[in-house]
Amino acid sequence: MIISVASGKGGTGKTTVATNLAFSLGKNVQIMDCDVEEPNAHLFLDPAVTETLPVVAPVPEVDPGKCTFCKKCMEICRYGAIAVVAKKVLTFEELCHSCGGCLAVCPEDAVSEKRRELGIIEKGTIREMSFIHGRLNIGQVMVPPIIKKIRTFTNHWSVNIIDAPPGTSCPVIAAMHGADFVLLVTEPTPFGLHDLTLAVEAVKLLGIPHGIVINRAGMGNDEVKRYAQNEGIDILMEIPFSKEIARVYSRGEMIVEKMPEYKQKFLDLFDRIQTLAGPVKGVVGQ
Amino acid sequence: MKELVILSGKGGTGKTSLTAAFASLSEHMILCDADVDAADLHLLMEPDVQQRTDFVAGNEAVIDPDRCTQCGLCKDLCRFDAILFDTEPDRFEVDPIACEGCGVCHDLCPEQAIDFPQKTCGEWYISDTRFGPMVHARLGIAEENSGRLVALVRQETQKIVSEKKIDLVLTDGPPGIGCPVIASIGQSSAVLIVAEPTVSGRHDMERVARLAAHFKVPAMVCINKYDLNPDQTEAIEAFAGMNDIAVTGRIPFDPAFTRSMIEKKTVIETDDMSPVSLAIKSVWDRVMEHPAMKMERLV
Repeated sequence: MIISVASGKGGTGKTTVATNLAFSLGKNVQIMDCDVEEPNAHLFLDPAVTETLPVVAPVPEVDPGKCTFCKKCMEICRYGAIAVVAKKVLTFEELCHSCGGCLAVCPEDAVSEKRRELGIIEKGTIREMSFIHGRLNIGQVMVPPIIKKIRTFTNHWSVNIIDAPPGTSCPVIAAMHGADFVLLVTEPTPFGLHDLTLAVEAVKLLGIPHGIVINRAGMGNDEVKRYAQNEGIDILMEIPFSKEIARVYSRGEMIVEKMPEYKQKFLDLFDRIQTLAGPVKGVVGQ
Repeated sequence: MKELVILSGKGGTGKTSLTAAFASLSEHMILCDADVDAADLHLLMEPDVQQRTDFVAGNEAVIDPDRCTQCGLCKDLCRFDAILFDTEPDRFEVDPIACEGCGVCHDLCPEQAIDFPQKTCGEWYISDTRFGPMVHARLGIAEENSGRLVALVRQETQKIVSEKKIDLVLTDGPPGIGCPVIASIGQSSAVLIVAEPTVSGRHDMERVARLAAHFKVPAMVCINKYDLNPDQTEAIEAFAGMNDIAVTGRIPFDPAFTRSMIEKKTVIETDDMSPVSLAIKSVWDRVMEHPAMKMERLV
């Protein structure tokens, strides 16, 4: 089973919900932090890292001995990543989307590919749980390939909890696509509501069952609840606005460890997710 | 002209609320919302839209089943798994969400059966607000090209800056450190990182600070909700001190942020003498005193 925790707006509590849900389940669970620009789950979980893998993307390398400067590579590239200037071919790796067009179109077989590192993936364990996250290298822009690479490690015989990046553009889609359920974490404020509506549009576009968690309930107004009711989306859990929770979070601690009464609430949340997601692979019995 | 880009790395630390507060403290200023993916600044600014333009960027492959001979070459070539073979009826189709818009299938189809129309990926706007002009945008759901839309919004802001002889651009940046963030900081005068005193806020602040250093943009930091965790506040300030990042002040936690948001006001407008407003004013004064904000930039 794959549960993707998303939000639209940043800072609403995706990581809090993803990590505490995982801790409450305790085993047969894999946490997959797909917020590769700013991964945070490891700060709360402190996993023992067992494996580090680079994420690489193929970029072109041109053999000047074979190249006849026909410019076909430059013509097919939509990203301005390869240019023929007089008798010289220039490549701009940071612009390359690794589509392989230059390689496919070159009539002289002068283009080959080398590997460029976009970031890294780290795998590890915490107690009986599996952990994986990605980290974009500073200055790099290609986020979706790292997320896609993390997702190749999905364990279909356990529960996979994805911590998605904020927003609604391509990185978020990469973190939600193919999930059995999307948990939308929001806060009851105008910004929270506005970005929630965008996230709901994205989830509907993908056709994935979804529900809402309201974090910091009581801090703002009731508009999120009204919206959820009008849209017929279930509110699966509310985490109250509390200084104590904010402080636990600020220290990088887990709510379910410091406030054990929350464990049952997260287990109830999981039950409701299972009911809404319907039959899927790899769900552990409670 | 100077441009300050407000960033945070981590989302939800108060970038937009502070950008709006700074706008209410400035004159001859233009607002630029570079968070095109989940833009919120307009919720406080209530912009009166003067000009609305489609954002046309990139293309999307579309297979014409009448011309397609089902040779399957496109599926072999596509590196994004965007070509699907559908049964009933048998045909090749493009998954528009997976399609990267690289055009390889369109260019290399032996039957020229793949069209490649341009895509409208969103909209951008020029508006008036009670504080000055504002350029903002909305990227379509599940779209790409966020970096290009950020670049466009910033270019259009610059046009208005030269026309109206504006002194200051306040740019509300996106979260993260990826494509749209990089597009929002190039050529700016300085970035102000709004950090929150949490383990994750500090971690994310450090990454965005390294990004600013990587692109040689001067950085400042302020700590929002500093009283939530004084130890983390000190750790952030220590990191800043060691990395040539100016510390511009501490802002206390105050429910006035949320209250003002609900009333579509800035915290300064709600009460300009409240402790939180005074703290924001002090941060703002120190930002404007930073050497990078004294240097004129060519428009």
